[in-house]
Amino acid sequence: MRTPAHPVSAAGPASATLTNGAGAAAILAAGIGAFLLAVFAIVGDKVAAMTKFFIFSKTTGPLSGVTTCTIVVWLVVWAVLHVRWRKQTLALARINTVAFVLLALSLLLTFPPIADLF
Amino acid sequence: MEITTRSLWTLIHGMGFGALYLLACSGALVELWRRYAPSAAAPITTRDERFLRLYLLAMAVLAWLTVLTGTYKIYPWYRATPLAGADLTGFPQRLLMSSPDTIAWHSLGMEWKEHVAWIVPIAITMAAAVALMYGRNLRRYPELRNAVLGFTAVSFLAAGIAGFFGAMLVKNAPVSGGSTIHMVQGERE
Repeated sequence: MRTPAHPVSAAGPASATLTNGAGAAAILAAGIGAFLLAVFAIVGDKVAAMTKFFIFSKTTGPLSGVTTCTIVVWLVVWAVLHVRWRKQTLALARINTVAFVLLALSLLLTFPPIADLF
Repeated sequence: MEITTRSLWTLIHGMGFGALYLLACSGALVELWRRYAPSAAAPITTRDERFLRLYLLAMAVLAWLTVLTGTYKIYPWYRATPLAGADLTGFPQRLLMSSPDTIAWHSLGMEWKEHVAWIVPIAITMAAAVALMYGRNLRRYPELRNAVLGFTAVSFLAAGIAGFFGAMLVKNAPVSGGSTIHMVQGERE
């Protein structure tokens, strides 16, 4: 997936050393974050122990834990990918495909009739 | 003319932050589609670049405000549990679940809305971050621009789903109660 970093022909000095790695990290992390949201929502609904675990706020219920865990994991994944990829130029088409598949799955898996299949 | 605090929060959440986000989506999609297309002829100025960055940043702030007010301010009122025999009008979730004609507004509508809405801040925060990092160079990286465009479009869809069910839930079982705010004192005719 990786190719060596190369300078981008650019008009401005700021873009002379710009790579797509930081963008790729943000895109893939967002796909993973959205997908995890759906997974945590299903697990929080179906597994009694997890329902209890996800109650971070008594008034909001399990939704508080589902969303807080999603945001924390998403930001951690983003930070890790950013540090690893920021200076690299990557094959973005594949990363985009994976991110969009995960995003589409998150839309589908949050739909209750589909979530209830698990 | 008066409004309860709970109704006011619902208005701020839905018609304030949420509706403004939906409106902003169309502008972002057009801007990304036209000005940042690799084939676009007109150069992207510093002003254009700053505009896109601030616009997407404002959208991200709106998305976060929408989900946070919805989840931590309004949702607890929606899902509150009444005492046995209590009037259900102050307990929207229980009111909807009390009738086979309305239960799906909760089991399908609210259950989907409460989760799908959280895709929006994730997607648009990514879009804003990429715009901040790359600015006018998005035109140079069509795949980055396509991802930002696609995630913004999906955020529009997710916000639309959440907004639609929010409006229908308010119509069928409004979140009401709390203290009353008197806005205008009318006169009898």
